[in-house]
Amino acid sequence: MKARLALTLALASLWHRKKVLALVCLTLTLSVSLLLGIQYLRTEVKQSFTSTISGTDLIIGARSGQLNLLLYTVFHIGDATNNIRWSTYQGLKQDNRLAWLIPISLGDSYRGNRVVATDENFFKHFRYGRDLPLELDEGQWFEGVFDVVLGAGVARSLAHQVGEQIVLSHGGGRTSFSNHEDTPFTVTGILAPTGTPVDQAMYISLDGMEAMHVGWESGVAIPGRTITPEQAKGRDFTPDAITAVFVGIDRQILTFRIQREINQFAGEPLSAILPGVALSELWRLMGQFERALLGITGFVVVTSLIGLIAVLLTLQSQRAHEIAVLRATGASPALIASLYILECVALALAACVMALALGMAGLALASPWLLANYGLQIELRPLTPEEWTLMALVPVAAFTVALIPAFNTWRQSRRLGFGEAADQ
Amino acid sequence: MEVSGLGFSWDPVQPRLSFPDIILKRGEHLFLHGPSGSGKSTLLSLLAGMLRPASGTVRVLGTDIHRLGAGARDQFRADHMGVIFQQFNLVPYLSTRANVTLPCGLSELRRERTEPTVEDEAERLLAALSIPADHWQRKVTRLSIGQQQRIAAARALIGAPGLILADEPTSALDADNRDRFLELLLTLAHRHNTSVLFVSHDQSLARHFDNQLELQGDRT
Repeated sequence: MKARLALTLALASLWHRKKVLALVCLTLTLSVSLLLGIQYLRTEVKQSFTSTISGTDLIIGARSGQLNLLLYTVFHIGDATNNIRWSTYQGLKQDNRLAWLIPISLGDSYRGNRVVATDENFFKHFRYGRDLPLELDEGQWFEGVFDVVLGAGVARSLAHQVGEQIVLSHGGGRTSFSNHEDTPFTVTGILAPTGTPVDQAMYISLDGMEAMHVGWESGVAIPGRTITPEQAKGRDFTPDAITAVFVGIDRQILTFRIQREINQFAGEPLSAILPGVALSELWRLMGQFERALLGITGFVVVTSLIGLIAVLLTLQSQRAHEIAVLRATGASPALIASLYILECVALALAACVMALALGMAGLALASPWLLANYGLQIELRPLTPEEWTLMALVPVAAFTVALIPAFNTWRQSRRLGFGEAADQ
Repeated sequence: MEVSGLGFSWDPVQPRLSFPDIILKRGEHLFLHGPSGSGKSTLLSLLAGMLRPASGTVRVLGTDIHRLGAGARDQFRADHMGVIFQQFNLVPYLSTRANVTLPCGLSELRRERTEPTVEDEAERLLAALSIPADHWQRKVTRLSIGQQQRIAAARALIGAPGLILADEPTSALDADNRDRFLELLLTLAHRHNTSVLFVSHDQSLARHFDNQLELQGDRT
C-alpha cells in the first residue's frame, strides 16, 4: 500500500517538475543512446568483420605468418612474401578431399584499388557474412581475357559503368607511372555491395593478368614486346605462379590434417591458415580501441547521472514544505527518501526506453543509407544479452547515485519537528 | 489524550521547558494559547511523536507514544492524528482530492473507516468544507489560501482520527474566513468524534472552545 503511494507520489512529483527534468532526461537519453549505439555497432562491426570471409576453410599462400597471409589475401593490405608455383596449384587440384579451389593472383592496381586475378570459382564459391554468395548488380562475370568486374565501392567512387574501358596500373600504389596502356580492360560487370574488402577490389581472369604482363618481365614495359588485345587472341596464358588459393573442404573434420600436410609440403614452403581463427586474432588486436570507446561512453552516462543528481539536490530545497507535510501526516523518513530513488530510477528507465526508440528509429532510417553509401550492412536485430545488461546498468547506476539525495533527505526528515520545513 | 510531567530540552545544558499536564477526552476540543516562544510548536512536536521528551509521558488513545519505536510512532501518527499547519499545508503536485486522501495511503486503519470508498469520503468532506466540485481534480497551487486551509482540514478529518493537531491554521486568513473555517472544522470534528487541539496566539478564537489552556513557557 505504501509502495503504491510512494510510486504515485514520485510519478506525480516528476510530472510536476517536468520542464526542468525534461532537459535532464534528454541529456540522459542521448548519453544512453550513445552507449547503446556504440555497443550495438561494436557487435555488428565485429560480426561483419569476423565474417569478412566465410565458407572458406583454408587459405594457402607462400610461407608466412597467418595475419600477414590473411591481410594480403582477404583485406588486400600489404604484399605477398612469395608465390605458389602453378604446378603446386595443379597438384592441389588433384586432391579430391578439396571441394573447390579459388586461385588468387595479386600485384596490380587501379587508382589505389587492388586488381585480383582469379577464375569463375571466385564468383561461384566465395562467401561472406552469414554464408552470402556474391551477386552482380549489373552485367556479368568476366569471360574474355580483357574483361574486368568491379567491386561496388570501386564502381561507385570512380563512377564506372558496364562497357567502359579502363587501363590498369602496374604494382600497388594510388598513383602509378607505369600503366598497362596497351591492354585496356572492358568492364563487364559490377558486384553488389558486400561491406567487405571485395567492394574495393576488381576482378580479372588469370589469363588477363598474364596477358597484360607480356613484355613486362623486367618490371617495366619494353616497347615492341607487349601485346595488343588482337595479338592475344588464341594465345595460351597459363601463368607460372599464383599468389594464394582459397580452399573449401567437404569433410571439415579433415581441415586440420590437410592444413598440417600443406604446412609440411616438401615441394615448396607453404602456409595454410584457418581464416576464422586468423580473423578473431586480428579482431583481438583491434578490439582494444573499441573497448576504450565503450569505456568513454560509460563515463558520459555517469556524467549525465551526476548532472541529474545535481538537479535533484537543487530541487530538494523546494521540497522542504512538502516533506514537512508528509512527515506530519505519518510518512516515515524511509518513505520520503524512497521518493528520490524512485524518481531517479523512473527517469533512468524513461531515458532507456526513449534511447531504445531513438536508436531503433535512427537505425531504421540510416541502415539503407549506410548500405548504399558505405556498403555497411547494419540491420535492426533484437538486442543481445550483453546489450540488455548494459542498458539495465543504467537504472542500477541511477539507483546508486540517487542514494546521495535520498540519504540526505532521510537524515534531515528524521530530525524534523511538527510543521518544520527542512531548510528552516 | 493524557499528558503528564512533560519536559523538553534541546540539549542537557539548557534550561528545560516544562509543560502543564493535559487531559482531553475523546471528542472534546482544547484551545491552547500562548505567546511566541512559549513552546507551542515544541509541544505539538512532542504530542505528534516527532520529538522525544526529556521527561513525562504522552498517552494518546491509551498508547504511550514515546514508548514506541520511531517507525511505530510514524505509523501511530498516520493512524490516529490529523494535522493542519499555518500554511504550506498541501503537496503541490497532487490534486485537491489526492491531497485529502493522502493519510489513507499511509494508514490502513483510516482507509477502512472511510465510507463507502476513500474517494467518496474525500468528496463528501470537500463538499462539506465548501470546496467547489470543479476544484477537486485540480492542482492545489492555484487555489486561495482559505481554500488550501480547508483542504488541509479535510485531510486531517478523513478516516476519523482520534486527534487533530492544528498549528495556527487560521493565522493567514481574514476574520470572516477564520470564523467560518473554525466552525466548519469543529462541526465536522464533532461529527467524526475527533478531538481538536487548536494552537493559536489569537485569544479571540478562544470563545469557540470549551477547554482552554494558557502556555506560560516555564523554564526550569
